Amino acid sequence: MSAPKPTLAVEDLCTYFFTKSGVVKAVDKVSFEIGAGEVLGLVGESGSGKTVTGFSIVGLIDQPGRIVSGSIRYKGEELIGASEERLRHIRGNRIAMIFQDPTMTLNPVLRIDTQLVEAITAHSDTDARTAWEQSRDALGQVGIPSPEERLKCYPHELSGGMRQRVAIAIAFLNKPNLIIADEPTTALDVTIQAQIIYEAQTLCRKTGTALLWITHDLAVVAGLADRICVMYAGRIVEEGGADNVIDRPLHPYTAGLIGSVPSHNRRGKRLAQIPGSTPSLLNLPEGCAFRTRCKFNDDTCLEEPEVTHPAKDRSLRCFHPVSRGPAP
Amino acid sequence: MSVTEDKAALIVRKPAAAGVETPFMRFRSDFTDSWVATAALAVLCLIILIAVFAPLIAPQNPYDLGQVDIMESRQPPGSRSFQGYIFLLGSDGAGRDLFSAILYGLRISLSVGAMSGVIALAIGSTVGLAAAYLGGRTEAFIMRVVDIQLSFPAILIALMLLAVFGKGVDKIMIALVTVQWAYYARTVRSSALVERSKEYVEAANCLGLSHKRILFRHILPNCLAPLIVVGTVQTAHAIALEATLSFLGVGLPQTEPSLGLLISNGFEYMLSGRYWISFFPGIALLVTIVSINLVGDQLRDVLNPRLQR
Repeated sequence: MSAPKPTLAVEDLCTYFFTKSGVVKAVDKVSFEIGAGEVLGLVGESGSGKTVTGFSIVGLIDQPGRIVSGSIRYKGEELIGASEERLRHIRGNRIAMIFQDPTMTLNPVLRIDTQLVEAITAHSDTDARTAWEQSRDALGQVGIPSPEERLKCYPHELSGGMRQRVAIAIAFLNKPNLIIADEPTTALDVTIQAQIIYEAQTLCRKTGTALLWITHDLAVVAGLADRICVMYAGRIVEEGGADNVIDRPLHPYTAGLIGSVPSHNRRGKRLAQIPGSTPSLLNLPEGCAFRTRCKFNDDTCLEEPEVTHPAKDRSLRCFHPVSRGPAP
Repeated sequence: MSVTEDKAALIVRKPAAAGVETPFMRFRSDFTDSWVATAALAVLCLIILIAVFAPLIAPQNPYDLGQVDIMESRQPPGSRSFQGYIFLLGSDGAGRDLFSAILYGLRISLSVGAMSGVIALAIGSTVGLAAAYLGGRTEAFIMRVVDIQLSFPAILIALMLLAVFGKGVDKIMIALVTVQWAYYARTVRSSALVERSKEYVEAANCLGLSHKRILFRHILPNCLAPLIVVGTVQTAHAIALEATLSFLGVGLPQTEPSLGLLISNGFEYMLSGRYWISFFPGIALLVTIVSINLVGDQLRDVLNPRLQR
């Protein structure tokens, strides 16, 4: 790609889970890059490997899972196989993570200020007073009113939206270069969701932080991301600029996803749906994993589609790209 | 003081009172739901106070041989001593005022029970946390040791240890800790396993916090609820076990009788009509253990998330 080193470069990442009933290829040959200040939307259904991709990047894959091959480079530095010490330094400090469920990510027995302050002091020699002031400012930045009072609260005294803001504040606390947001707005209602997306966006623009936004919600990604990766059954099936992908999806799966978003214009008509359901990762169909649900399916699909670049800055894993417009 | 001033004070105080209900406030109101438990807690507090201030309340120091006269042994309740005070609950075989001896015995029983409980809790929870966090072989090894420990009757282990070590408060505490740490280890491990898989631990990991910090600062406080319950019940067990050991004559020295030893001393006179030497220490022991257990039961009901109303 271009000359400056991307904040994060993932190449051919394979994360497998070795379970009793077989090998689950949760992430299979996934590659993408995120530059500074860029927002990358990682879209896919549940079980498509989005979260595992995020966890692989921060090195938090638990047994029986393992990163089998591939490379994850943070500013050119290889993270796979890096020492625990080094990883801990990078985690939270240079790469932060925001989780899906705001009711679960804060420790219920510690006050908000304790949790923010320890995130700062874990990575720098800041004294408690300064750390506390930084925490207060961070809460203010994510739009929490009267942050000083909120700091004294326990998580259960805050609403879900508030808690997610706190989680976002913690993620931004050490001014990381990359934030991995794993469906951070799924548990929130739309108005709060919009606010939080707005906060995240402005913070990224302001600080030049790269953002990997993992979601199943195309609408969210459409308004937020610069580029979109669509994941299906552990693979990235399509990648490209956000507007490009939304307006002219090439992969039948992307087209299907876009087609199944309910819209005001098509009221009363039957919603387009992708027939069938996500195949079990234990026994994926041979060749293209989407084959069994795809209406363009033919004999060529029995072979595994390689990545092609049908246009500048677009990549695709499909033999039969949809020509134009969303699927009918 | 005028009426308006009072009203102003009320208005000022109201927002604070109507503010967010703290976990402690909810805990308190849940606990006091049961009047039995509340009464038990009151009795327990009273017993603890009596034990703490025993030297101020007791008419006699039963451990001071200068104050004890063998000539006054086995006096019935209500009789007058040579020094002029009344043997409220009679006197025992050595001429000790039973009321004083019970107060001092409570002191020993409670402190031995509580101290060994605290030490066992510290050891057990550290071991349990380590097992849950480290996993793998370490966990398997620790938990098998716990299983083996728990498969022996507590009284047997304690008896063997005391037979080796001899008598004394410190020795009996070692014995009690040895038989009890495993309960704490098992409790902490099971709840730490649950906590470890929760997202906030993952989030703390993502923040790059150290293992020590995650263990003791994040996981342990979340395991406190079951620990408190087990701690209360185990303290009652420890007191009962200490009494049993003393009754069997391997616990504490004769000169410093705990409740168990007092019961054992009067045991042989039970059928000769001198019931009070065993009876009153027995009642004291019973009330103590029952009240601790009642408090523990209520704590379990209140702190059990599955029974949360």
